[in-house]
Amino acid sequence: MISNNIEASGPRPKHLTIGRIGLYCFIITCALFFLMPLYVMIITSLKDMDEIRSGNLLYIPQKLSFYSWPKAWSEACTGFICEGLRPGLINSLKITIPSVIVSVTLGAINGYALAFWRFKGAYFFFGLCLFGAFIPYQVMVYPLLKIESAIGIYSSLPGIILVHTIFGMPILTLIFRNFYSSLPIDLFKAARIDGGNFLKIFFYVIIPMSTPITIVAVILQVTGIWNDFLLGLVFAGRDNQPMTVLLNNIVQVKFGVVEYNVDMAATILTSILPLAVYLLSGRWFVRGIAAGAIKG
Amino acid sequence: MNNSVEVKKLSFNYGKVEILKNLDLDIKDGEFMVLLGPSGCGKTTLLNCIAGLLDLDDGQIIIEGDNVTWKEPKDRHIGMVFQSYALYPSMSVEKNLSFGLRMSNTPKNIISEKIDKASELLQIKELLHRKPSQLSGGQRQRVAIGRALVRDAKVFLFDEPLSNLDAKLRAELRYEIKKLHRDLGNTMIYVTHDQIEAMTLADRIAVMKNGVIQQLDSPKEIYNKPSSLFVADFIGSPSMNFFKGKFISSNNSFALNNSLINLNNYQFEHKPSDQTDIVFGIRPEDISVSVSKESMEFKIELIEPMGADTLIWLSFEDTPFSVRLEGSSEYKLGDVINIKFDIKRSSIFDKKTELRL
Repeated sequence: MISNNIEASGPRPKHLTIGRIGLYCFIITCALFFLMPLYVMIITSLKDMDEIRSGNLLYIPQKLSFYSWPKAWSEACTGFICEGLRPGLINSLKITIPSVIVSVTLGAINGYALAFWRFKGAYFFFGLCLFGAFIPYQVMVYPLLKIESAIGIYSSLPGIILVHTIFGMPILTLIFRNFYSSLPIDLFKAARIDGGNFLKIFFYVIIPMSTPITIVAVILQVTGIWNDFLLGLVFAGRDNQPMTVLLNNIVQVKFGVVEYNVDMAATILTSILPLAVYLLSGRWFVRGIAAGAIKG
Repeated sequence: MNNSVEVKKLSFNYGKVEILKNLDLDIKDGEFMVLLGPSGCGKTTLLNCIAGLLDLDDGQIIIEGDNVTWKEPKDRHIGMVFQSYALYPSMSVEKNLSFGLRMSNTPKNIISEKIDKASELLQIKELLHRKPSQLSGGQRQRVAIGRALVRDAKVFLFDEPLSNLDAKLRAELRYEIKKLHRDLGNTMIYVTHDQIEAMTLADRIAVMKNGVIQQLDSPKEIYNKPSSLFVADFIGSPSMNFFKGKFISSNNSFALNNSLINLNNYQFEHKPSDQTDIVFGIRPEDISVSVSKESMEFKIELIEPMGADTLIWLSFEDTPFSVRLEGSSEYKLGDVINIKFDIKRSSIFDKKTELRL
């Protein structure tokens, strides 16, 4: 039978099915659950101590008070000094920026060498790197401490930067190497015929193609180094204590009243940077991972 | 004529696997040499060794009179075109072309002069400011050739440059590469597994298998007088028909079961002894329809029309074989036809050594 009327069989399927609705409910519940601590932190930081003592953890503040924020920033006592978190911010920046630059650059060069200039034993070296990525920090803290004090950079800015660079190396080498392995090898061959040497090929051909993976590496390092507490406490020295160490000192008061609102404000201040990095670069992060950072 | 490239006793191992074994190859000045073979035969490895991208284990490579065995790729007077184009994705076409020159600190005015010349020749002038991702496959390949051109390479190396393109474009670019060779007169070494490319482009073809050159000759010789069973089978589409039988010296003929084919017209290079197992090979176009006293009767079992030609399939003592007829021929399935083998143009091989007799 020939019909002039061409129809699909039955009506177009609906997009919003019961299963879908259930899925959305689940996702929204999960999101609320994970946002709960942040919510509590923010509202608590905006309450005064009287209201906090009354115990209604989840209630919105009846009377907004902002005094905890400036206090956390510049007045809270970290041990005997009462300058708040402010000096820690500068120290954290002084530690994080050079550490990220140095470690990402070295990681990229390592990955490039392992992916393209396959020397004898390259696979063994790569295996070592992989192994290194799984060794817990704590095992190496004491030996590193001895080494650093022997060469005289223990308890100094270069000391802590060196430590962060060393601990970043395995994972950075790994992700750069895997990313570069996914690039066509012909590109590298063509560059060699065109007369590029190790560094020229790296700078002119490889780096311009490395944007997605570099962003992944920078995010990993910025958040990792910013959030570090142990290494900062041990290696940075009294003058260079990062924000995380100062935050700990504010929260862990041994005497007087525990000012929960100041603690909450201080915690939020300390975690703003990694939070912002994730929120602003999420798209790039996913793109970089998809570009071959994790696979292979 | 001088040799442009000389490969002497070259060996290359990958781990414990021998890829190239004691290989010799001389390529004349201005010659278009095609390395042809199935995948894994070592042709690309050989090209990479010549380019200096792989370190060989033994032997010597001489390009334009220089012993370049241990020299860097850039010092070998070569330009190379890759299957994947290998254009630098972050650079414009112009920057791609000039990369090699910039690496060797060539003055700017000379760079732009050379780019002008090359882009004119390859008709990519209007593409100079585009990125490789904005180009079609054919345009990319042209830029890749331009990169070799700009560097004043004495020897062009092509690593399956057309394999990623569709059939029509492949034919077009094949034509252009041939024209380029005619105009430039450079030595070119071209790796492919496509026999049509090899036949159309080459001055000489080196047919390779398992790291050994099986036959090195002009396309015509290789097609008409394949030196081994492998070459005979590899070259030609539709491929050569083979019949396995015995040689009967008393009446100088090929015997397959009860049938005999007289070989009086065949020029043996080495005459086999009586009862030797031989393979009789004949190309589909060397079989013709004819009614004479030498002709044999066959029933058509299958017909493959290909436009210009029609291929019909028959059976000789249970071995199927094909005959190439004009496209206009109007045979039908089941028709009985008389055909004749052109013995002069056939090839006969020793079954054991697989070499031409």
